Amino acid sequence: MSKLVNFFGQKVKVINLGIPSFAEDLRKQGVEVMHTEWRPPAGGNKKIQALLAKVEAWQSKVKAGKGAR
Amino acid sequence: MLIDIQEANAKALAAIQAAQPIIKGIDTAINVVPGMKKNLILHAGPPITWAKMSGPLKGAVIGGLIYEGLAANPAEAEKLAASSQIEYSPWHEHDGVGPMAGVATASMPVWIVENKTNGRKTFCTLNEGLGKVLRYGAFSDEVITRLKWIEKTLAPVLKAAIPLAPEINLKNMIAQALQMGDEVHNRNKAATSMLIRELAPAITKTSFSQEEKARVLEFMHSNDHFFLNLSMPAAKAMLQAAEWIEGSTIVTTMCRNGTEFGIRVAGLKDRWFTGPAQMIRGLLFPGFEEKDCNPDIGDSAITETCGLGGFSMAAAPAIVKFVGGTVSDAMNFTRKMYEITDGEAQAFQIPAMDFRGSPTGINILKVCEKNILPQINTGIAHKDAGVGQVGAGLVNPPMKCFEDALEAYVEKYCQN
Repeated sequence: MSKLVNFFGQKVKVINLGIPSFAEDLRKQGVEVMHTEWRPPAGGNKKIQALLAKVEAWQSKVKAGKGAR
Repeated sequence: MLIDIQEANAKALAAIQAAQPIIKGIDTAINVVPGMKKNLILHAGPPITWAKMSGPLKGAVIGGLIYEGLAANPAEAEKLAASSQIEYSPWHEHDGVGPMAGVATASMPVWIVENKTNGRKTFCTLNEGLGKVLRYGAFSDEVITRLKWIEKTLAPVLKAAIPLAPEINLKNMIAQALQMGDEVHNRNKAATSMLIRELAPAITKTSFSQEEKARVLEFMHSNDHFFLNLSMPAAKAMLQAAEWIEGSTIVTTMCRNGTEFGIRVAGLKDRWFTGPAQMIRGLLFPGFEEKDCNPDIGDSAITETCGLGGFSMAAAPAIVKFVGGTVSDAMNFTRKMYEITDGEAQAFQIPAMDFRGSPTGINILKVCEKNILPQINTGIAHKDAGVGQVGAGLVNPPMKCFEDALEAYVEKYCQN
């Protein structure tokens, strides 16, 4: 609780992920903001995310297999 | 299957980087193009039937049949084109490429480009210039007369000149053109000038008449895109070196037939993944409107597949006056393409990017994961046959091609 109180008593610095306009609005209010471009993998397409996860899982096995040789 | 994708892609990229495409010569399509025959029409893009062809492709087929002497007039050609007597096949399945409609028939002369590293050859017709031309679907007498002049004069003169000129390494020429403001898709001014510089002395040494030699030089000089029909088979030769490396997720083909966009991937041999050809956002010539435009068409996206064209727009800031956008857009397109490619071209350096190599080796996994599509710049054809080019602009492939390729890849490689 005391940490939270301290948080509100301090100057806020923000790291913004994704939508640039959020960072811009804060900047206009004098808040120090660092913006990072971020988008959900595959634009949020669940089917493509699942396919990519399969490739990743397969490649982890391949790399583990190679390491075991 | 114990395939390391990174290793497979590194192998594909190394093959692309090692390619050395040179001008080998010129010959008639039926003599040199694999599988070419009298009743076969090669076209741009993925496979398509007559019924599904758009206006400019249909127009070019009509023109091709008249040129070949298989039909006497457009009505006869149209009837023949719809019959089972005529076969259609994508240029890409015959080791070649064709700009816009990309139509080629048996008697047409073709450039022969050879990759000195592996001895394989690629092919492309000779560029006809601008205005009413077959590649935009025009088939009037003027078009056929020019094609006959290309067959009877331009091609024989160049064919005779090539052995008399120093060997022309197209990779070196493209590398130089990139330093001079070309991206060799929609801007080929520097590359065409360099080609003329290399060939002109040899042309003067041939035994053709002064008038014929002068006409050939004037024709090349009048057409800033003359080199496009060499940058395309050169790019094809480089990418062909990556076909069909097991397990690789690198794209080896991107092309359009005016109805569909198609891609092929190194590790998915011979398979096409298609989606609807998109409308192009760009600058239209005076007198034309958006409703006049045909969807995306042509094999020229082989340049982007090889890291040139839209991928190297930072090398060609002046192109934005032709395709639209701003110079900073051009810079950003190139920067963005590094996110979906596995490497940087050793030969193709971009001065404005501190001589960084152009983004090369489109990886379908990166395209799907980052949801970033390849950036293509391109000419815009009128939707009706025979009108010609109505503008130029920017376009992307449909994401479906990459998603379907990913699904096929998982099905082939990631079971168990």
